[in-house]
Amino acid sequence: MPTATVSQRKIRVLVAKPGLDGHDRGAKVIARALRDAGMEVIYTGLRQTPEQIVNAAIEEDVDVLGLSILSGAHNTLVPKILEGLKAQGADDITVVVGGIIPTDDAARLKELGVAAVFGPGSSLKEIVEFIRSHARPR
Amino acid sequence: MGGLDVSRTQDRLSPMAQSGLERKPRFLTTSGVAVKGLYRPDDVAALDYNRDLGDPGCYPFTRGIHATMYRGRLWTMRQFAGFGTAEETNQRFRYLLKEGQTGLSVAFDLPTLMGYDSDHPRAEGEVGVEGVAVSSLADMETLFDGIPLDQVTTSMTINAPAIVIFAMYLAVAEKQGVPFDKLSGTIQNDILKEYIAQNEWIFPPRPSMRLITDIFAYCAEHVPRWNTISISGYHIREAGATALQELAFTLANGREYVRAGIAAGLDVDAFAPRLSFFFNSHNDLFEEVAKFRAARRVWAKLMREEFGAKNPRSWMLRFHTQTAGCSLTAQQPYNNIIRTTIQALAAVLGGTQSLHTNSLDEALSLPTEEAVRIALRTQQIIAEESGVANTVDPLGGSYFVEALTNQMEQGVWDYFRRIDELGGVIPAIEQGFFQREIADAAYEYQRRIESGEQIIVGVNAYTIEEETPIPILKIGPEIEAKQRERLARVRRERNATRVKETLAEVRRAAQEGDNLVPPILEAVKAYATLGEIIDELRGVFGEYEEVLIL
Repeated sequence: MPTATVSQRKIRVLVAKPGLDGHDRGAKVIARALRDAGMEVIYTGLRQTPEQIVNAAIEEDVDVLGLSILSGAHNTLVPKILEGLKAQGADDITVVVGGIIPTDDAARLKELGVAAVFGPGSSLKEIVEFIRSHARPR
Repeated sequence: MGGLDVSRTQDRLSPMAQSGLERKPRFLTTSGVAVKGLYRPDDVAALDYNRDLGDPGCYPFTRGIHATMYRGRLWTMRQFAGFGTAEETNQRFRYLLKEGQTGLSVAFDLPTLMGYDSDHPRAEGEVGVEGVAVSSLADMETLFDGIPLDQVTTSMTINAPAIVIFAMYLAVAEKQGVPFDKLSGTIQNDILKEYIAQNEWIFPPRPSMRLITDIFAYCAEHVPRWNTISISGYHIREAGATALQELAFTLANGREYVRAGIAAGLDVDAFAPRLSFFFNSHNDLFEEVAKFRAARRVWAKLMREEFGAKNPRSWMLRFHTQTAGCSLTAQQPYNNIIRTTIQALAAVLGGTQSLHTNSLDEALSLPTEEAVRIALRTQQIIAEESGVANTVDPLGGSYFVEALTNQMEQGVWDYFRRIDELGGVIPAIEQGFFQREIADAAYEYQRRIESGEQIIVGVNAYTIEEETPIPILKIGPEIEAKQRERLARVRRERNATRVKETLAEVRRAAQEGDNLVPPILEAVKAYATLGEIIDELRGVFGEYEEVLIL
């Protein structure tokens, strides 16, 4: 095995479930798909506060933060997480959101700095490829 | 590979497939079970009519729990609703009753489901969003304002804090002057499936089971027509389980509740007739019908043979069905009306007692009033126009459906054996058994969609440039402010001493093992909030910690 250079380092992804939402089917399927695609995946488990998620993303030194929200609370939770990352100087972490997000809300989240929003029916291949090409550069 | 049959079926290509006459190498149900091209008498050669099917209304109830089924009375059309404040949901209930709905079904918001008041910091952004916010008796009074509780049946989807919400309902009845023995309805109250799939738990499993048996005991004595639990496969399926897993895990949970009731000193026939079930109905018509028919047969055998129940009502599995939310697509959303129709048809052909049909827009948001009306009309068209309600169990005797029913039943017994080997349902939860089985099945299903083996119309085939978005219902942030204000007023105006006294009594009963329904009823009548009562219980019972399975 050749020594991994910085650019060959595996992409590290934190998959997180903010808020009170317990629907974790999507988060778990995505986590497995990313892992099968050769990424290092950390899953927070349910009901994390925005602070807990920001801290975990920084401590785990991830390149990508994937948020899964199906409760409709995305307009409250996602901005808090983005602000938290910014306050800690970690806003170069690529943030993607998955779940039930109405189209106009998705547009607003993207304006705030979310790289992509994946709704129901998104293909795993599409998500994997997006993360590969948009993970923050190391 | 968990409970999936996929890997085992791969090497079993049919002769027709091998000869190249069939259009694909294998034909699978939605759950990944291989289906043959033709079923014949020898597939059900061992079937004995009286032993395995029986006439409708007769043991083992495979063909239905009533002799006349829908010729006697149609199923209850019960649309789940709830959003915003209690006033808004009250308006939606009145609308649905006016449109011919025959029962109410309450959706609570996430803070309520988790036992948090609307003004708790963790509730921020979630108040009234996914259901109605209920923090105190005042909200419950508004929710049922103008709806006489002796004239409707009400189903409430509430689990971890079920005992508190149920006490609030009793208190509203008391205020309306309705005696408890005239109340009819259901609380979901099924905590085991929360640990397995739905994830809205508060306390650890064992004290949670005690809350449930307290409700069994209280209702057996005081609220005899109330369905004390709705043992739910719905959420297990939504989390990604196969049809067989949904059935097996749900019946395993049912068996566990019966054991707990008996262990708490109750006579099985005193509480078993009030147990009810709640299943999902997914896309695969015959697989779903077989699931419902097998459910009744397994339960009847279990109750009569294993638990020795004497009352035939204890043997009968009664169930509510909801069409599969996870089958709905955000793409070409009007197609969801057709999916829902097929799923509703399966529930009716399977002999459901009540039915919720999802609205076409639910992969996008909460349903609009128009979308809800179409969903209700779907049921009415099946009931009044399709003719399927004219005869009982019309698919009974079909070689295919009977073979699938047998296969489903056998699969359940096999899962029961595996669960027992792990020490029962709670140890299996603690070992992550169910969680892993479901995650495996969900991933496998997604991979079949990715590979194109499982076609989803509008998603991985027959796609279009999406048209202009359909109208959706949005819950504004002003709801949260309004609800917090209501709650602040309740806290201001109630008798603080009385609240303190009744809460202390709740804690004492929790510690000493007394039935918790009476002290919680007193506390809610004093306008102690949901969050305050749950905090007392949490102080005694502790909190559950998630078993992380990936």
